[in-house]
Amino acid sequence: MHDRDQLSESPRENVGARRLGRAGFLGVVGVGVATLFYGKTISRVTSGVINPISDATGLTRIVPSSGWRIYTVADSMPRFDPATWRLQIDGLVERPLELSYEDLLAFPKAEQVSTFHCVTGWVVKGVSWGGVRFHDLLASARPRPEAAALHLVSAEKPYDDYLTTRQVQLRDVMLAYEMNGKPLSRAHGAPARVVIPEMYGYKNVKWVERIELIEKAGSGYWEQRGYDVDAWVGHSNGY
Amino acid sequence: MATNEAYARAASNSRYVERFTLTERMLHWVHASAFFVLLGSGLVLYLPSLSSAVARRPLIKDIHFWTGISWAGAILLITVLGNRRAVVRTIREIDLFDRDDRRFLSGDIHRPQGRFNAGQKVNAILTAAFATLFFVSGLLLWYGERDTRFRLGGTVYLHDTLMYISIVIVLGHLYLSLIHPTTRHALRGMTLGTVREEWAQAHHAKWTASPRSRK
Repeated sequence: MHDRDQLSESPRENVGARRLGRAGFLGVVGVGVATLFYGKTISRVTSGVINPISDATGLTRIVPSSGWRIYTVADSMPRFDPATWRLQIDGLVERPLELSYEDLLAFPKAEQVSTFHCVTGWVVKGVSWGGVRFHDLLASARPRPEAAALHLVSAEKPYDDYLTTRQVQLRDVMLAYEMNGKPLSRAHGAPARVVIPEMYGYKNVKWVERIELIEKAGSGYWEQRGYDVDAWVGHSNGY
Repeated sequence: MATNEAYARAASNSRYVERFTLTERMLHWVHASAFFVLLGSGLVLYLPSLSSAVARRPLIKDIHFWTGISWAGAILLITVLGNRRAVVRTIREIDLFDRDDRRFLSGDIHRPQGRFNAGQKVNAILTAAFATLFFVSGLLLWYGERDTRFRLGGTVYLHDTLMYISIVIVLGHLYLSLIHPTTRHALRGMTLGTVREEWAQAHHAKWTASPRSRK
């Protein structure tokens, strides 16, 4: 036993020992913290490399590297039944409406390609939408002059949000029922959702089942939790 | 040295040396189980197919959030109430890279190593750094939802990137600890605390040569 103890040396006394561990730890944490602030720029660079690979390998179908993430607030997603689904348009209107899915499809169809921005930082570029412009949709209900805002109620309770009548008249705002050439899927808000590319995703209410015309925009689901009411991309929510 | 080898042969099969104290093992297993619960719940929140299939986002969010909080609390508690000297000794060993360690990392894996080989040290350092960053970015994701001043542009990107790299590291770790024939004996050290002295001498020669290992 004794001879071994004399031969031995503890790891601390080893040749050329340097405290590299803490440097490595602090270095990685430092890079990570910098990513918090510059991550958007970095991700633009890396997605240029990663997205073509994940598109080519089919990974895109599983991993949202260049695509959607599905955010919900309720315990289950609303289910769409074309036979029973109705869209209610009421509030400050001359003629309250209850539209069926067929009625909705009968409006003049608008199409557009636009970019979708989530407030958490992910972006989906080049999404094709098909749907109805709010101008056409609301005209048939004949809004009263004092109606200045839309209360958009989702079938996913208790989600709702508000847009002003001016905001929904922007060129590329619609109530969409098609995405990338197919009827809107359940995860994306079937059968109809708001698309307002100028604003962050939480204003793009999914599973819309009621549009109430009112005098003044209120605070929607996320706005009651601290988000900005006017969610302009790049100019709100701390950006 | 001849004495050493003779000693090793005589002692093989029967002798075990303590590699990890209960405190270190508890830290490891608390971290490991929290990692997998966080990974599972995180993937449900992240992957569209799983988000759609499970849908109970508020519940999954709560599980993810509270697992993260409990993880941090448990790690702190075990360290404070446990064998702090052992934890400090472990940190000190992981911190130091000697010449053999640096050669090990540049490919010469037969260099004599201490209780942790240089690869294990790198794994531990990355794990600690990633855990810190996961925790910070996770808190920011949670709090940024309540106060947009804390919504930083790269938080989601950082949290996601850490997840991808972690999966690769953990797969490598699982391979070495469960499958690779010459290293998987290390699992015994992390579960029961002790390893065969003969194995320790082959893989961690500088550690078994030190008087500490035979307390």
